Amino acid sequence: MSVNKEFVKFDKVDKSYDGKVLVVKDLQLDIAEGEFITMLGPSGSGKTTCLMMLAGFETPTNGEIYLDGNAISSIPPHKRGIGMVFQNYALFPHMTVYENLAFPLRVRKIPKDEADKKIDKALSMVSLQGFAQRMPGQLSGGQQQRVAVARSLVFDPQLVLMDEPLGALDKNLRESMQYEIKHIHESIGVTVVYVTHDQSEALTMSNRIAVFNDGKVQQLSSPDELYEKPVNSFVAEFIGENNTFAGEVSDISGGKCKVKLASADILANPISVKGKGERTTVSLRPERALINPSDKMDNIHKGKIEEVIYHGDHTRVRINLLGNSEFILKVPNSSSNLDIKLGNEIKIGWNSEDARALDPK
Amino acid sequence: MSSETKQILTTDGIPLEVSLKKAEKKNKIKAFLLVAPLLLFIIITYVFPIGDMLMRSVDDKMVTEMLPKTFKSMEKWDGQDLPPEEVFEAFYFDFKKLIEEEREGKLSTQLNYTKNGFKSIIKKLRRKSKSFEEGNYKEQIMSVHRRWADVEYWRAIKRRAPAYTYQKYLKGIDMYENEKGEIINVPEDRRVHRILWMRTLEIAFFVTVFCFLMAYPIAHLLATLPMKYSNLLMICVLLPFWTSLLVRTASWMILLQQQGIVNDFFVMIGLVSDDNRLEMMFNKTGSYVAMTQILLPFMVLPLYSVMKTISPSLMRAGKSLGGTPFVAFWKVYFPLTIPGIGAGCLLVFILAIGYYITPALVGGASGTLISNQIAFHMKSTLDWSFASAMGLMLLSGVLVIYWLYNKLVGIDNIKLG
Repeated sequence: MSVNKEFVKFDKVDKSYDGKVLVVKDLQLDIAEGEFITMLGPSGSGKTTCLMMLAGFETPTNGEIYLDGNAISSIPPHKRGIGMVFQNYALFPHMTVYENLAFPLRVRKIPKDEADKKIDKALSMVSLQGFAQRMPGQLSGGQQQRVAVARSLVFDPQLVLMDEPLGALDKNLRESMQYEIKHIHESIGVTVVYVTHDQSEALTMSNRIAVFNDGKVQQLSSPDELYEKPVNSFVAEFIGENNTFAGEVSDISGGKCKVKLASADILANPISVKGKGERTTVSLRPERALINPSDKMDNIHKGKIEEVIYHGDHTRVRINLLGNSEFILKVPNSSSNLDIKLGNEIKIGWNSEDARALDPK
Repeated sequence: MSSETKQILTTDGIPLEVSLKKAEKKNKIKAFLLVAPLLLFIIITYVFPIGDMLMRSVDDKMVTEMLPKTFKSMEKWDGQDLPPEEVFEAFYFDFKKLIEEEREGKLSTQLNYTKNGFKSIIKKLRRKSKSFEEGNYKEQIMSVHRRWADVEYWRAIKRRAPAYTYQKYLKGIDMYENEKGEIINVPEDRRVHRILWMRTLEIAFFVTVFCFLMAYPIAHLLATLPMKYSNLLMICVLLPFWTSLLVRTASWMILLQQQGIVNDFFVMIGLVSDDNRLEMMFNKTGSYVAMTQILLPFMVLPLYSVMKTISPSLMRAGKSLGGTPFVAFWKVYFPLTIPGIGAGCLLVFILAIGYYITPALVGGASGTLISNQIAFHMKSTLDWSFASAMGLMLLSGVLVIYWLYNKLVGIDNIKLG
């Protein structure tokens, strides 16, 4: 059985609310069956709008959305058969947990004994057996969230949409829920489209991530690729921590380029620069730069330590390097022998391959 | 458990409860002083008048005090035949004293309430009694008018002996206590109050229904429209609120009369012919229309305040789970608005049941309510005790509705804002 690569397809979708500004611009996105895809972006980037169009609560201004090969723009939400988890859970407060879960089954006229089996299964999936007769108001936030997840899955939809479902939970609960949702996805193989503005959530849960900004998908790739190989400076800035140098390409040859900064030249990996004289932003992950590099690195510069912040498992060091006073280094806690003290001058090195020369900001 | 019975002490050794009371005493006094003016105001303007009303509605002391000797001598009279001479004698002296104090007119009014025909014979007795001779008062009084020789009238006087009575309440539901002490209905052609009670309930009920039907969509629109439109709509809802009740009622009179705008419009579009214009005023229709419009905000506001708190994602959740828009509305949205519906309906019904000005102006004869009857007795017949009795019956009716509502819906489920 081959997996449908275009289970959900956004085809040249535009969306505008006021006829003046496009919230979503020419969206082209394919989602494979069984995939966990996350739409990640700052607020106002159009990700929730995309989700609402898929759910049927907003209509595309232009273009078409296909679900399993069928155009769905003219199908009302209740006939799409898409499960959805809302930001504030949207549990029906006047119904018990059981009734909440029974709602989608009752409207589908599923016999009671069969429905009861499905409800039991869904509740055990989120480990909430025995909570069926509680009212949502008697549950904690995490439990309500699990009920919402169970409710979106109880009628066996092929596609589940989640709109920032963990936004209201505290940090620890959020992390454990991330794993729980990921495991549920893995065990039942449903297609999930997940919206969040929390990048760590996106990185831990998804098969693929679509980074939204300004109504456009900036990059669509797997979490590791997104982190290691951002294609533009927005993605590099938005995902994880990032050190940047703004400069001008002075030479480009052999898969390397020389970038002229105010005080020195650095070598970088040309990603979106083509020729000499172009402005560029060089992006470097903090963990790719080392203190007192032992092996041969093609970028080694001296910087002055401006701030040291203890973080438990690691120490963050802010360094003034080549005119950038916001250069961050992460030093693992085990390397306490290093001479990290405020005001010290230290040598910093990195490989030109890890320094990606992207579009200028 | 021992920990429950053991007294907890503070570090200074004072029992915790005592210490807490001491610490909070000042705040309690402050709080009481803050509410004291309002409490006093409520006692003076609400508790006292209602207490006074209650007293008035059962008070029958007036006649008791006017004829003290008569009632004392009547104690031995069995009420079968005409009372003995001593009753007549006592009555004569009581009456003489009343004439001196010029209070015999009041007596005749009071006795006339009990039985028609007292007014003229008391007037006559007053004239004739000046020339009465001492002794044998029975003969002399009986010769004044033949009704004085009728035992029925003496029984009527005796019925006024007790200082308290529930007659006014019986009268309020078209019943009375006859000479034998049986409680019976008044003749069919004189049962006015029951019709009024039924009409009051009917109009209040339908006005509540109409208000609900009209307010629900408006409130929903208010709660879901974007701010800039909902503010405008809110002003439209509240604008009538800020206009005088009298002005609004008067404008309905202009609209609804036979030569009014609504009739003109109907004639213009050919709905009715010019010589057959609709009668929409001075009948029930007038009361329905005007009261529904005037009470509408009282339904809209509680509904709106409840609907505002219902997250739009609930309806979306209902739809995404497969419910048609109607199912999502009926199973999800509607049950959540019940507290607002309860509050609105209770408010409108209770206001409608005691409505006065509007039915008085546009209700005509067939559209007046019980409150108009109360006002009539307050102002025209001056039978304040009857008015009080009906007022209290209305009040207890409202309390019964409140109690029923509490039983059915639960007062905790009410949400006014």
